[in-house]
Amino acid sequence: MLKIAAALIAVLAASTAAFAADPDPANWPAVLEDARGETVYFNAWAAPRTSMPTAWVGDEVEQRFGVKLVHVKLEDTATAVNSVLAEKTAGRTEDGKIDLIWINGENFSAMKRQGLLLAPGWAEKLPNYAYADVEGKPTLRSDFTIPVDGQESPWGMAKLVFFHDSARTKPEEMPKSIAELVAWANAHPGRFAYPQPPDFMGSTFLKQVLAESVADRAVLAKDASSVDASAVLAPVFATLDALNPNLWRAGKAFPKNYPALKQLLADNEADIIFAFNPAEASSAIAAGELPDTVRSFVFPGGTLANSHFVAVPFNASSKAGAFVVADFLLSPEAQARKQDPKIWGDPTVLAMAKLSAEDRARFDALDLGVATLAPDALGPAIGEPHPSWMTTLEAEWTRRYGVAN
Amino acid sequence: MIARLGPPLAMALLAGPIVAGIAGTLLPAFGFLPALGHSTLSVDPFYTLLAEPGLARSLVSGLGAGLASTMLALGAVMLFVAGWIDEPVFQRLRRGLSPLLAVPHAAAAFGFAFLVAPSGFLARLVSPELTGWLAPPDVLIVNDPMGLALIAGLAVKETPFLFLMTLAALPQTPAGPSRLLAAALGYGRVAGFLHTVWPSLYRQIRLPVFAVIAFSTSVVDVAVILGPTTPPPLAVRLVQWMNDPDLAMRFKASAGALLQLGVSAFAIFAWIGLERLAGAVARALCGSGFRLRRDAALRLIGVATMAAFAATVFAGLFVLALWSVAGLWQFPDSLPDRFTLAGWSDVLPRLADPLLRSIGVGAAATAAALALAVPALMREDETGAPMGRRARLLIYLPLLVPQIAFLFGLQTAILAAGLTPSAPLLVAVHLVFVLPYVFLSLSDPWRAFDRRYEAVAFGLGRSRTRMLLTVKLPMLAPALATAAAVGFAVSIGLYLPTLLIGAGRLPTVTTEAVALAAGGNRRVIGVWALMQATLPAAGFVIAAMLSRLVYRGGPGRT
Repeated sequence: MLKIAAALIAVLAASTAAFAADPDPANWPAVLEDARGETVYFNAWAAPRTSMPTAWVGDEVEQRFGVKLVHVKLEDTATAVNSVLAEKTAGRTEDGKIDLIWINGENFSAMKRQGLLLAPGWAEKLPNYAYADVEGKPTLRSDFTIPVDGQESPWGMAKLVFFHDSARTKPEEMPKSIAELVAWANAHPGRFAYPQPPDFMGSTFLKQVLAESVADRAVLAKDASSVDASAVLAPVFATLDALNPNLWRAGKAFPKNYPALKQLLADNEADIIFAFNPAEASSAIAAGELPDTVRSFVFPGGTLANSHFVAVPFNASSKAGAFVVADFLLSPEAQARKQDPKIWGDPTVLAMAKLSAEDRARFDALDLGVATLAPDALGPAIGEPHPSWMTTLEAEWTRRYGVAN
Repeated sequence: MIARLGPPLAMALLAGPIVAGIAGTLLPAFGFLPALGHSTLSVDPFYTLLAEPGLARSLVSGLGAGLASTMLALGAVMLFVAGWIDEPVFQRLRRGLSPLLAVPHAAAAFGFAFLVAPSGFLARLVSPELTGWLAPPDVLIVNDPMGLALIAGLAVKETPFLFLMTLAALPQTPAGPSRLLAAALGYGRVAGFLHTVWPSLYRQIRLPVFAVIAFSTSVVDVAVILGPTTPPPLAVRLVQWMNDPDLAMRFKASAGALLQLGVSAFAIFAWIGLERLAGAVARALCGSGFRLRRDAALRLIGVATMAAFAATVFAGLFVLALWSVAGLWQFPDSLPDRFTLAGWSDVLPRLADPLLRSIGVGAAATAAALALAVPALMREDETGAPMGRRARLLIYLPLLVPQIAFLFGLQTAILAAGLTPSAPLLVAVHLVFVLPYVFLSLSDPWRAFDRRYEAVAFGLGRSRTRMLLTVKLPMLAPALATAAAVGFAVSIGLYLPTLLIGAGRLPTVTTEAVALAAGGNRRVIGVWALMQATLPAAGFVIAAMLSRLVYRGGPGRT
């Protein structure tokens, strides 16, 4: 009897200990204490310029908070999603291999649906979340229409921007909508390309076509399976059908991803390319990848925009450490550094009005670069559709153009 | 005692992970993956797989590229060996081709692409002077739907492997006397060699040829770089499905991995059919007295193809080196506007950790492979019987089963066993791939060792151990060093096993190279591909120096 009671108490103690082990960001000093000495495995897609900022962040969090940051470079964020799933499959509910994932949209939706993320709420309790521009940037709380619920902490913003080389093509001849782009490609066959979906830049282009094709964008906030998707998509594929024969390589091959697309502009194989970061062209000029005559343009009717985040898996080993890193990524200091085109050029998620004069000055001091449009010249933002639209679009795209040869 | 344990231990280490991995692939292929709430068996994943658009094209392009590239590579080796075996150029090309074995597939493929693409180095060299091109022509050379670039890239990279395997088998054939006899009967060099020596030679290299077929029908990294994209070959699509955020795709991917296993098996069967056909044609030609006395043109094709293949890889590496230090380099400039070390200075600080891991894991796996291969060969010495057909097949198993068919399953099995990714685990998985190559490159010189040296040592009263340590191993030092260098090179080049078993926490030079190459920046690709190619080359140089140090002069290994 006594033994059973002792065993029960032991089990209870163990389970409360497990609960107590999940740190609460509302009690920040406790988080900082908990985090000291932890190692945070940050799984992030190895985008061309992310390694430099993360190396600096690693040095800073180690010095300031005693947290060691290890950047695990991914070819594809889905690898990390699968890794957490494999751990759940194997019954590993703690001591997971991943502490922090760079994520948004479809991957976030998948992790949330499968219960692979830490319980809701933590992100909005981080001290620096107070500066986040939740009023001006609705995508901080609605990631591809999926409610964020404080399960991921904002890191940066993305906006679709087009580039051309002003030494070869005139700015006034550049198209101002998808319809004009199709007409332009018809007049200049072989000089426009988009990365092959499901590469995310390729899918982004498809979504821009989608947003400009539907009569009422409200339908895109719904799950594609709940409406007549083929009727919604019919004008999209009418547009793409018209574009396809005039694409680079007549649509028989597609560049693999954005860097491959950028190389096409540098090699004079394409005249118009696009990126999801307004500073990308300036960064590429600084790195000697593009000539300094490259300029940006957007569509007056608006282009796609979204936010990207960091999330903590349900079974992370160093949750407190992950919170500390997420909070540091949100700090005005780290955000201003990240927006510097010499470092990365990724736009901030913070509201300038909420910052102290000293912190605002960090942003005012940035030289955005010759090819970067000013924030007020970026044109209207079009929100991302529900992730199900991307899946539907990609599947239909693959059926039509991805296996055509 | 040790010698007796050797063979079964080696076999368990080779077959165990493959069996566990295939089980881990088989279950989800039949709809069984409890974590996703699927704990009943069904054939639905196969229906979803078969409904996939363009599946037939993906199957055909993988199959076609595998068979065509193997045929090209084997044909080039065959013509060259037949036509030039006694000439000085044979030795010269032999020295030129051997280092190519060490160049990792991904690095060679990038070099090839940078060379032949419409905006590639060759076009830049002759533009605009000869071509008038100010912009690259809009023609589909790399990633073409027929897979021609993929076939060429694979053939170029597989030729050195088949060539070295052929060289290893040559001493065991009656090459000299047979060719003299054929010449005396009035046969040309090529025909004489093919009629008399080739059949027994081919029997020796048959398993390596099968390994090449299995590899090239299921290759991922080279196919991503050079292969068709609309649609890509099956193996590439499998990795895409496996990596899809929609986790239910794992079922389809597992079913596809089994299909890939079938495709590679089918390719080998198709090849066996081709062997029969070629054999019948050869017999008919032989019986009809077809002597092909004037074969100068054929011989020229043989040597030119081999030289062109070698030159392609070296030129590719040169272009990679150029890109790694290039500033702005616009078409049609033959050279960059300016040179910069920015790419290198960006990479070098991050190089130490993956570099040390690559070297450590490679060295450990190679040492373990030697420690298993030597006792297994000693056991052969004791029993006096060379390994049977089944054992030989088992050694080749990790090379004959497409990696993709068992690695995904192995990853799940390792997690289910509660193991965390660690360096020892990585070494164990590398050993599965390193051991066959080490064993294969060591076994021929070992068996060719003149055992009268052993008899003399025993006659002088040396114990078995003393004989081994003071006579046999030192005399075989060059062969041991070469086997070690081959094993090290294999370990360095392993991509999929390192990625999946290391789970991203144990980056090596190769996983970093491919991950960063996904970024598509030619400068970054140049730096990493060069690093990836340098390591195995350093292994071969060290092996050559070591064997010279241990064993100076005296009779050679054969």
